[in-house]
Amino acid sequence: MTLLELKDVHTYYGNIHALKGISLAVEKGEIVTLIGSNGAGKSTTLRTISGLLTPRHGEILLEGQRIDHLPAHEIVARGVLQAPEGRRIFPRLTVRENLEMGAYQRRDADGIQRDMERVFTLFPRLRERINQRGGTLSGGEQQMLAIGRALMGRPRVLLLDEPSMGLAPVLVEQIFNIIREINQQGTTILLVEQNARMALSIAHRGYVLETGRITLSGEGKSLLDNPKVKAAYLGEVGH
Amino acid sequence: MTLAGVFGPLGQVFVFVVGSAIVLSVITVLVAFLLRGTRTNVDLVQATLTILPQVIVDGLVRGFLFATIALGYTMVYGVLEFINFAHGEIFMVGAFSGAALGTVLAASGILNSIPPLLFVLIAVIVGMVVSGTLAMTIERVAYRPLRNAPRLVPLISAIGVSLLLQDGMRLIANVTGLGFNARFPTPNFGPPLQLAQIPTADGRTIPLILDVRALIFIAAATLMLIGLNYLVNATKMGTAIRAVAQDRPTASLMGINVNQIIALTFLIGGALGGAAGVLFGVRVGTVNPYIGFLPGLKAFTAAVLGGIGNIPGAMVGGIVLGFLEAFVASYLSLLTGGAFSGASYADIVAFAILILILIFRPSGLLGEAVAQKV
Ligand SMILES: Nc1ncnc2c1ncn2[C@@H]1O[C@H](COP(=O)(O)OP(=O)(O)OP(=O)(O)O)[C@@H](O)[C@H]1O
Ligand SMILES: [Mg+2]
Repeated sequence: MTLLELKDVHTYYGNIHALKGISLAVEKGEIVTLIGSNGAGKSTTLRTISGLLTPRHGEILLEGQRIDHLPAHEIVARGVLQAPEGRRIFPRLTVRENLEMGAYQRRDADGIQRDMERVFTLFPRLRERINQRGGTLSGGEQQMLAIGRALMGRPRVLLLDEPSMGLAPVLVEQIFNIIREINQQGTTILLVEQNARMALSIAHRGYVLETGRITLSGEGKSLLDNPKVKAAYLGEVGH
Repeated sequence: MTLAGVFGPLGQVFVFVVGSAIVLSVITVLVAFLLRGTRTNVDLVQATLTILPQVIVDGLVRGFLFATIALGYTMVYGVLEFINFAHGEIFMVGAFSGAALGTVLAASGILNSIPPLLFVLIAVIVGMVVSGTLAMTIERVAYRPLRNAPRLVPLISAIGVSLLLQDGMRLIANVTGLGFNARFPTPNFGPPLQLAQIPTADGRTIPLILDVRALIFIAAATLMLIGLNYLVNATKMGTAIRAVAQDRPTASLMGINVNQIIALTFLIGGALGGAAGVLFGVRVGTVNPYIGFLPGLKAFTAAVLGGIGNIPGAMVGGIVLGFLEAFVASYLSLLTGGAFSGASYADIVAFAILILILIFRPSGLLGEAVAQKV
């Protein structure tokens, strides 16, 4: 059964019609990427899945169960976690406390400890800064913390909103390798990216979003070769 | 959630308590020394030193009163950026619930067979439950529906709640026979403790006494501040409160039930306010429906003085304000030869000093440049 499915989802900000009927599917074990230019509605899609926004029409299904209209914390309880755009680290909580908040709903102290070790294995920099306040981390370290924090919730689906934003090229490469590693360890990922080339190269499948509508979809590799995608999204990124 | 995380803020509070007591004492004694020539009938320095221990205890009591109330303002501000102007009335209702308990126990004739400490403990718990529940209910009914309204709207709602509670309590007090100026019966606390005999220059001695109720007040408030500090800095729930204060939407992305945490914040703040009300009532002996106004206003000032939204800041702001008031109230008249009566000028002088502090530190004593919150 499809793990996460959106069917004709419409989301509004007041009168602004931001999502105009989005349908997409994420199968278990996949990395699916959502690409599109600024203001296309990528973050709005993730916010709607997470319950920060409520769709006015359409359905969101997790393993066939509707999750739209649930409050955000109940969507987390069902295993959907998000590392939001701009990292949104709690600035005056320590690295450890930020990670603990990712595991807020869990009661298994041993499991939480193991997962924290796992995060530190993925991002050794975080271990060195465990008692440092989140707000004093560098941008790259904050991104690692944002991903690690979402992993602490043992996601069935991990939503990543522009994890490469503002990072140096070496770090971008590293983050994408880690995303692939997380996926290979069994986590399904829905990845929103501006860096279409990198995203499509690690994704099993991709969707292209333009002003609130899906205009193209297909396998990652085939989208990479698609002339329209090349012209619109890879032109300035690729060399 | 380290030990340093718990003791760090408490240490800071402790430094401010001791520090402001010392600074104010030194300044006062210095002024007395400089003015000693103006008076021939009394030795000003001697007189100043004689009442100093009393003044410090008085300052501590006032300070802890403001601090426990200020915490309610600051915690709610921390998570909602909203001033709960009904908080003074939550304090008042706590005081009344303690008075009601005392009255019922007195009417059934068992009040004086209860050990005073046990009575205070029970009354404080009753006050905490009543005020905590009340604060949570107010949030649910009067503030939550307005959470996305323009900022002034919930503020008006708070003022409405405040008036409603004042007049509602007045009605209840009259109907139940507690009366407008309700007595707060307590078991007999016994005579004040005699700590020492202070000899004066002319050979007499003055007893240094400490009211048992003041001691209970200080001890109870200290315990509550330590408990709150532990809760906020060393438990998962406390971390969640801070997370909600720092970034509400992201907190909900972590699976935190934000409404529940906000309700919890009102519960804790309300419970502290209720406890303060009971302790206040025990000390003063009577309560009326309007006793919440002035302490509420001063506690709010204390919260701003410490840095609004900052928990150790509220404690520090309360203590500093309490000391300022106590020193002015006790010494102004003595040092000016009775030209100014301290009691009536205490507020003016204390608030003038506050304004000065805020001019130089607009974000408050412990506030960071970027307003540090919970
Ligand atoms: N809070 C808001 N209020 C009103 N309109 C909004 C709000 N947030 C986003 N929008 C609008 O919704 C549309 C989609 O925004 P969204 O943030 O989803 O874009 P995006 O694809 O994530 O863009 P970017 O790549 O720049 O992050 C934009 O036109 C934006 O202006
Ligand atoms: Mg975006």
